[in-house]
Amino acid sequence: MNKKIGKSTYELEHPVSIIASGAYVGSKEGCGPFSDYFNNVAIDDTLGEKSFEKAERKFFEMSLKETLFSARLKISDLDYIVGGDILNQLVSVNYTARDYSLALVGLYGACSTMSESLAVASIMVSSGVGDIVACLTGSHFSAAERQYRNPLEFGNQRQTYSQWTATGAGCSVIAKNGDGPKITRVCFGKVTDFGISDIANMGAAMAPAAFETLKSFFIDTKTTPDDYDLIATGDLGKLGADILRDLLKKEKITLGSNYMDCGHSLFREEQKTFQGGSGAGCSAVVFNTYIMEKLKNKEFKKVLLVATGALMSTTLNQQGETIPCIAHLVQIEN
Amino acid sequence: MNKKLRNENYIRYVERKSPKSSWFKSLFHAFLVGGAICVFGQMVSDILKSYFPLMDLLTIGAWASVSIIVITIILTGLGVFDRIARFGGAGTVVPISGFANSIASCAIEFKKEGLVFGLGAKMFYIAGPVIANGVLFSLIVGLISLIF
Repeated sequence: MNKKIGKSTYELEHPVSIIASGAYVGSKEGCGPFSDYFNNVAIDDTLGEKSFEKAERKFFEMSLKETLFSARLKISDLDYIVGGDILNQLVSVNYTARDYSLALVGLYGACSTMSESLAVASIMVSSGVGDIVACLTGSHFSAAERQYRNPLEFGNQRQTYSQWTATGAGCSVIAKNGDGPKITRVCFGKVTDFGISDIANMGAAMAPAAFETLKSFFIDTKTTPDDYDLIATGDLGKLGADILRDLLKKEKITLGSNYMDCGHSLFREEQKTFQGGSGAGCSAVVFNTYIMEKLKNKEFKKVLLVATGALMSTTLNQQGETIPCIAHLVQIEN
Repeated sequence: MNKKLRNENYIRYVERKSPKSSWFKSLFHAFLVGGAICVFGQMVSDILKSYFPLMDLLTIGAWASVSIIVITIILTGLGVFDRIARFGGAGTVVPISGFANSIASCAIEFKKEGLVFGLGAKMFYIAGPVIANGVLFSLIVGLISLIF
């Protein structure tokens, strides 16, 4: 049996391995600071498709295929996929599963989907539901703009505290037995809402969710941030990351230089994304390339991935509601 | 601590912490871009006036507006206009170019959902409220001028 520690953390009795990981990223992300870690970069973000929604699905397909190929696996080896995206009705992951006749556990966690699917898949696999499972998550800038904001060619100024939805998809393959970093603990986050209603200020909306999850995880496990080689939040951006540091400091938890935010690190300053990247693809591509590579070559031994998501609905936002947010945590060790 | 107080404190803290855009820079950029558009419009009317001395001022004004609209739509289609607007801000919104861009950009974006229910239905997605308000306020102004 998996064990519950404290209030909200679960320890896996049989830690599961991440036997393969990979990502397929867009051209802008490919020019960012992680360019050396991205093996698959699109030259054209439409990937030859007629619409951006179809392009996003293609990113999912390509990252799934490339990841399986790198582990010498076939699609038929998978028991099911766990994953999601930020488009309505999870179209990207649904249609990818349709095209390959795969069983699917579709999850909506907005930008927290990567850690949510890792958490759900690891618990399922460790308790005997499935042997080899793929976690698949991503997002596309142009498809997200269309659903959440304005048409692409509409001329307006972005707020200086806004973020840029990452284009790309990441895939991790989880197996009960096998080589690779292991998922040992998971912590599902509380839905947190500190009253932010500005949809351009995602970092400020999501920081309290990451704060709640990290705080309860450190209390549950009786550890401090210094016990980990890396603590990576999903897509708080520069502003959100600064807010998270401030919030944790009030609880006497200090994040050191081992803390990074995937969104803030995904783009260079001169790429004009302001606070950095966002979207489900953000933590998915950074985790499955940079973080996994460092875990594999043992530069990192213990990593916390805390992907954060703004569970925002434009309809309810227009009706005057604020933005509820969530953050899920997985602990990966090698 | 009660939630309402916590949220109020947090929102105040976030407002302090969030970076602000410099209003002087924004105004200057808007002045440059908006001014350039207006100079272009004036240029069109001056050229028309010198070639067609008999044309009345209303027609000349209409030609100036139409030329700005056409150029905006072409630039929107080429994907250049949003870059100019990102720099110019209100400088591109206030002249008629902003209105033309809002319709053209929606038309491009929603064409994929078909000509009728995509392009046709969603073309005025951003411009719609502007038109509705325009009609409402011109009605109010019209009534005022009728009464007094």
